[in-house]
Amino acid sequence: MTDAAPAAKPVPLLVRIRESDMWHGFRSSPTTIVAALVTLVLTLGAVLAPWIAPTNPFDPAQVFLMNANIPPAWVQGGDPAFIFGTDDQGRDLYSAILYGMRVSLMIGVGGVLLAAAIGITLGLVAGYVGGRTDAIIMRIADVQLTFPAILIALLVDGVVHALLKGVPREQTVFGVLILSIGLAFWVQYARTIRGSTLVEKNKDYVQAARLVGLSTPVIMVRHILPNVIGPVLVILTINIGLAIITEATLSFLGVGLPPTQPSLGTLISIGNKYLFSGDWWIVAFPGFTLAAFVLAVNLLGDWLRDALNPRLR
Amino acid sequence: MLAFILRRLLQSALVLLSVALIAFAMFRFVGDPVNQLVSLDTPADQVRQIRQSLGLDDPVLVQFGRYVMNALRFDFGISYQFRQPVTALLAERAPATLELALVSALFSLVVGIPMGVYTALRRDGVLARLFQAVSLVGVSLPTFLIGILLIYLFAVQLGWLPSFGRGETVKLAGGWTTGLLTVSGLKALILPAVTLGLFQMTLIMRLVRAEMLEVLRTDYIRFARARGLTTRAVHFGHALKNTLVPVITIAGLQLGSIIAFAIITETVFQWPGMGVLFLKAVQNVDIPIMAAYLVMISGLFVIINLAVDLLYAAVDPRLRVTLKGA
Repeated sequence: MTDAAPAAKPVPLLVRIRESDMWHGFRSSPTTIVAALVTLVLTLGAVLAPWIAPTNPFDPAQVFLMNANIPPAWVQGGDPAFIFGTDDQGRDLYSAILYGMRVSLMIGVGGVLLAAAIGITLGLVAGYVGGRTDAIIMRIADVQLTFPAILIALLVDGVVHALLKGVPREQTVFGVLILSIGLAFWVQYARTIRGSTLVEKNKDYVQAARLVGLSTPVIMVRHILPNVIGPVLVILTINIGLAIITEATLSFLGVGLPPTQPSLGTLISIGNKYLFSGDWWIVAFPGFTLAAFVLAVNLLGDWLRDALNPRLR
Repeated sequence: MLAFILRRLLQSALVLLSVALIAFAMFRFVGDPVNQLVSLDTPADQVRQIRQSLGLDDPVLVQFGRYVMNALRFDFGISYQFRQPVTALLAERAPATLELALVSALFSLVVGIPMGVYTALRRDGVLARLFQAVSLVGVSLPTFLIGILLIYLFAVQLGWLPSFGRGETVKLAGGWTTGLLTVSGLKALILPAVTLGLFQMTLIMRLVRAEMLEVLRTDYIRFARARGLTTRAVHFGHALKNTLVPVITIAGLQLGSIIAFAIITETVFQWPGMGVLFLKAVQNVDIPIMAAYLVMISGLFVIINLAVDLLYAAVDPRLRVTLKGA
């Protein structure tokens, strides 16, 4: 900056957002706006479930078996107290979906964050340290990449539950699910981070930091990490949809959350049993919610990927 | 070329060995294999004897060596739940899974490729946009939800197709049972195969579309047009042919994941295949089956990978030249 140029006034954050390319791209794509709205509404519903749900489906005192299998309110035989009807145990389906979303979202986000943490750490180490460490980590990644994530998650789930025999499933299932998703999805992060770390580590600022005498962990975390973290955000968004599908699939297959603390996948699995007796609503509403949420998150992820990709501008 | 093949073979062997190590570690350290075979009132002497006969007192490395040798002879031990050899259990259910996987792979190619070509050629057409939108939904819907939807539509509401099982099967030579020769078997196959193949189909459609768009921009296509060839000859003789190599690669590589994803489809449709067996093993901590399934799937992946690599070298002249130079 030369002396002649007047000192640039700091532009307020809101204005900067309003005038950015990203915001413009966002506003000119109706699909993205709808996707963002759906994501927002469903996320809010999940987060605020304990306050906005009419009943608490986990509280036995509020659930009556005689209310079982009531159809949605607008169908003949429906009860206005249960908008989407009730499931086989008499739980209000609307409340169960809100709480189920909450569980699905927590496990999905938790699993993806764990995957990112594992992947970023291993990718940074592999890229920066190099040599044999790099070879071993990336070989493991290669081998794992040949297996579909759902298979890895199933295996981890089976093995961990076997190791924790004796501990009640209700207490461990949450952590085990997050762990299986984390271990199933870390490879992509590790590969991305390793690639950009290989580029960054030969740049001048890293050399300078090394000359100053900073320790390797400090260089990796304080200097390289901020410069390579960008692409990870896109993978994170895209992976959340995948992680939620994985959790729902595991729960549907009966190795995830038990019917006493249902996620969306568990609710669909319960409803699937009643499909033939004509009680379609038990599976339809959780299924629709799951599909809408994943689709919306995927659309947002696509948009974010394009918006942050300088080649497409 | 020979060096390339040898290197690939060595890599594949290493991958298989590391998967076998994981399988062995699961088998050996997750739960005590002896505890699963004896009851509470088995005398301690007998337990010790079983332990010795299984070789569990030998050094771990020796045990691993034995595990690998046994695995090479397709001996994966005895299932904890069924008290039967794991290999026999898997072999009995393999035909159901393989038939399902092959038919859905075929379905994804036969439907996916024309859809991809169409969306590439009529990029802005209404139908092309519809295909694109459907493919996005197809990627977002979990497999089990698609299966449930199809069951509700075609089995519960319309009553056209069965919702579970394999229908009537015919025994062929070598113990292979097939559902492809009876009407009820074929009918039972439709819904599971579509469910399983839908995701691959959207994948192939998107791939063909992207490759076609790329190829249509190249010079030799422009030259072919300049020579006055018919649009049809240009599109299908020149363009499509050149997109097929990567498509076949991906389709081949996806075959392995189709077999793995069959776990979900088999559960939805109560299909008596290996996937359901594996899932039961996960639920009941039947480690020998889990380990064997893991080794089997990885073996399959390695073989497919190897075959695709070698095919690539055989098909693509450019690759052959670089390989000779190397």
